[in-house]
Amino acid sequence: MTREKSTGKGTDAAGPRPSPGTSLVRVVLPAHLRRLAQVDGEVRLSVTGHPTQRSVLDALEARYPMLRGTIRDHATKRRRAFVRFFACERDLSHEPPDAPLPAPVADGTEPYLVVGAMAGG
Amino acid sequence: MSRVRVLVGTRKGAFILTSDGTREQWEVSGPHFAGWEVYHLKGSPVDPDRIYASQSTAWFGQLIQRSDDGGRTWRPVGNEFAYAGEAGTHQFYDGTPQPWKFNRVWHLEPSLTDPDIVYAGVEDAALFRSDDGGRSWHELPGLRGHGSGSQWQPGAGGLCLHTIILDPRQSGRITVAISAAGTFRSDDSGKTWQAINRGLRSEGIPDEDAEVGHCVHHIAMHPSRPETLFMQKHWDVMRSDDGGDSWREISGDLPSDFGFVIDVHAHEPETVYVVPIKSDSEHFPPDGRLRVYRSRTGGGEWEPLTDGLPQRDCYVNVLRDAMAVDTLEDCGVYFGTTGGQVYVSADSGDTWAPIVRDLPPVLSVEVQTLP
Repeated sequence: MTREKSTGKGTDAAGPRPSPGTSLVRVVLPAHLRRLAQVDGEVRLSVTGHPTQRSVLDALEARYPMLRGTIRDHATKRRRAFVRFFACERDLSHEPPDAPLPAPVADGTEPYLVVGAMAGG
Repeated sequence: MSRVRVLVGTRKGAFILTSDGTREQWEVSGPHFAGWEVYHLKGSPVDPDRIYASQSTAWFGQLIQRSDDGGRTWRPVGNEFAYAGEAGTHQFYDGTPQPWKFNRVWHLEPSLTDPDIVYAGVEDAALFRSDDGGRSWHELPGLRGHGSGSQWQPGAGGLCLHTIILDPRQSGRITVAISAAGTFRSDDSGKTWQAINRGLRSEGIPDEDAEVGHCVHHIAMHPSRPETLFMQKHWDVMRSDDGGDSWREISGDLPSDFGFVIDVHAHEPETVYVVPIKSDSEHFPPDGRLRVYRSRTGGGEWEPLTDGLPQRDCYVNVLRDAMAVDTLEDCGVYFGTTGGQVYVSADSGDTWAPIVRDLPPVLSVEVQTLP
């Protein structure tokens, strides 16, 4: 059985190496957005300072401009209603966007998951 | 020999159907943008390889895709549709004020003269324009702001601007239709607008002949007679011969005057096609028989076209943007159904055949006639 799960193996080879004062955050996108961004597997993003949801998504949209508006509203930057954010087996969707992400996400041990809400259609 | 390229938007992606001028053997490409709703695709009249597509889902919102090679490859362009100024409110179904909120692009209408200019009709109803091939979009706010915008209410499918007609003779004339507000016209390239709904009567609104509030489903125009417009309203098939200033009913002997699509023969401006649907609560053909009706008299008198179409147990719908005509010598007529069929007639509607039978529900059909 083939299945386009949102826990893509492998990584985006074009990802940057971390420099001092930055974190290398692993981001897993849902299949629709991976295809849109033309990436396979995880995306690795370099984020200055301790990463937050806002700084990770800002870095994601800067690297892949075609994702703008698909995860967050263009103007308000609010999460789209049917998109959820998970990490470390926690739902971070309702956390403040500037709250620090868990340490395992910041140090690259665990990925930050962007998930299409489970709904039919 | 000329070719045709049929652009099909569905609930789960886009498909491109191509054939030579015989329209007998077809190649099918797709799904493009698999899994996404594609409300509409349309090619530029001056550069047919330039095609715009509206791609959306409830999950990830709106994208606009552009192809510069006839649909072989695509790239996403701009998808920010911000209402100009204070968005204000329209009416919700229950009559309460509802803030204007962008949901999706229903219809894309490329300019008749410049492939980089394209208009987008959106939900909640507004008209946007791009001057740079879809990279950026700006609203033409005079439409929502012309005075009645706060009174507009959504139809069952939402408050959507679904029809955009560009006048080939008067370059500044744009006619749009909104469910359930009505028809509006600009004669200055979209700066100022007026409601053009005189003659429409709708039982579902408190004042049957109100200036706005009519659920117009689609409008068609023959390019040689831009003053003549044909309308499929929620109920009633209508006609105007003065650019929409006044309308008269031409439903005549149709078995039902409810429906969504309407189109005009490419070479006969008085030959009109509709697909009657039983009612607003039963969105399928009367008697389970899929019939296109053709009038060769500009309305009033209609004949059923059934050869090749299912005449029993058929309960599909044909949505408002899902009919088109080609411009080959023997005019081809095309329509798609919510059952996933796309039918073609290569003889002006006399006989029909399915091009494909099992696509996702079809939202829109456009056709390009290529050299």
